[in-house]
Amino acid sequence: MRLAHDALLVAGKDLRIELRSRVALQQILPFGAIVLVLFAFALDPDRGVLPRVAPGLFWTAVLLAALLSVNRAFALEEANAARDGLRLTGLDGAAVFLGKAAAVAVQLVVLEVVLGVGIVVLYDVSIRGVGLIVCAAVAATAGLAATGTVYGVLASGLRARETLVPLLVLPAVAPVMIGGTRAFEAALDGAPADGWPWVQLLTAFAVLAVVAGTLAFGPLLEEDA
Amino acid sequence: MSTRLKLLGAAAAASLLSLAVLALVVAPEDARQGDAQRLMYVHVPAAWLAYLAFFVTAVASALWLWKRTRSTTWDLLAGSSAEIGVVFTALALVLGSLWGRPTWGTWWEWDARVTTTAVLFFLYLGYLALRRTGATAEARGTRCAVAALIAFLDVPVVHFSVTWWETLHQDATVLNRELDVKMEGFWMPFTLVWSVVAFTLLYAFLVTLRLRLAELEEGREASDLERAIAERVRAGDPVPVGGS
Repeated sequence: MRLAHDALLVAGKDLRIELRSRVALQQILPFGAIVLVLFAFALDPDRGVLPRVAPGLFWTAVLLAALLSVNRAFALEEANAARDGLRLTGLDGAAVFLGKAAAVAVQLVVLEVVLGVGIVVLYDVSIRGVGLIVCAAVAATAGLAATGTVYGVLASGLRARETLVPLLVLPAVAPVMIGGTRAFEAALDGAPADGWPWVQLLTAFAVLAVVAGTLAFGPLLEEDA
Repeated sequence: MSTRLKLLGAAAAASLLSLAVLALVVAPEDARQGDAQRLMYVHVPAAWLAYLAFFVTAVASALWLWKRTRSTTWDLLAGSSAEIGVVFTALALVLGSLWGRPTWGTWWEWDARVTTTAVLFFLYLGYLALRRTGATAEARGTRCAVAALIAFLDVPVVHFSVTWWETLHQDATVLNRELDVKMEGFWMPFTLVWSVVAFTLLYAFLVTLRLRLAELEEGREASDLERAIAERVRAGDPVPVGGS
């Protein structure tokens, strides 16, 4: 339980910083929303196309905004040598990983709710299969946050961190993009049976990412760039 | 270059030359695809070599991470092998695309294997970018080793996701996915096996050469640093101690 307690401490710290600095609220959320609007410009606000491709556009917007969240999560640790402070707390690397990933996941959930409302309103999508959508979103968010956090610490403190993170994260989360999109499509099409195998895949990916991060984070945090 | 390396290079060159003769002249023309099928003799071994190279990268990365076997050589080998792997992944994709045009009628098919290979290409491109960000050797080794192992683990998941993606949504267009080349006679399968042997020799040669180069680079950096410090000491400048 020590691990859970320490992870909550780290998550609480990151979320408190976000609440006070409002970067996530005032920059990352609007960024996700503008991506949705851009898709509508690109595809011509034709009532036929947008609802059909809405699941893919939703996850693309989430992925792009998630990159900002991940960069932000590690930019926090760079100012004032906060990374050294984190190491000196004596917290287990696994706890730091779980805490930072949880903080990113919470921000992503908020983002997903806002973007979900966005696609309903802007793309004229009617929501069906809520259970499947929620399960797929939870599994996808866990995988996305864990993968992003692992690559975030890999790139932290390096030159060109901001440009490196997208190149590392986007190919790695291809399964989240594909699985999330197909699960949402199945739910919206009213064929949830087609969607559950995707939730399994998303869950497997999330478990793999969380295990990899828990094992690797300690040594990575120790290494100074 | 050592004699052994020269011999390896000569063996690779000779096997590649003989492969060219086998593939272009000796192997019979395919009954259905004509000469286009001869691309198989470079496309298949290029893909094989890419997998082999990434496997070596993963093993070398694991050996670096395991404290008892940690040595800079493993880190440099992982990087050298990944470079070769990326080049040959790109080659396999380009050759596959060239082959796809006459046989599938399209340059690019969102087929499971093609898509997975493309993702693989980008994963290791990211890995190579991570190697070049100027961290210290120790930090670079650990970070890159973790990235290489995650990339290696991610590949099966990506493969599953694109296979499911297809089976759920594109059943009709995948009929021509496996080209099902009927191997006739002796020369076709022999040439294919020979091509794998030749490319493996080429890989052994390239990776040894690249590793040697990487080690020289590392040594050069270290000796440059020592010389710079010695010069400053002679000039009477205070030598900065510690700091990052």
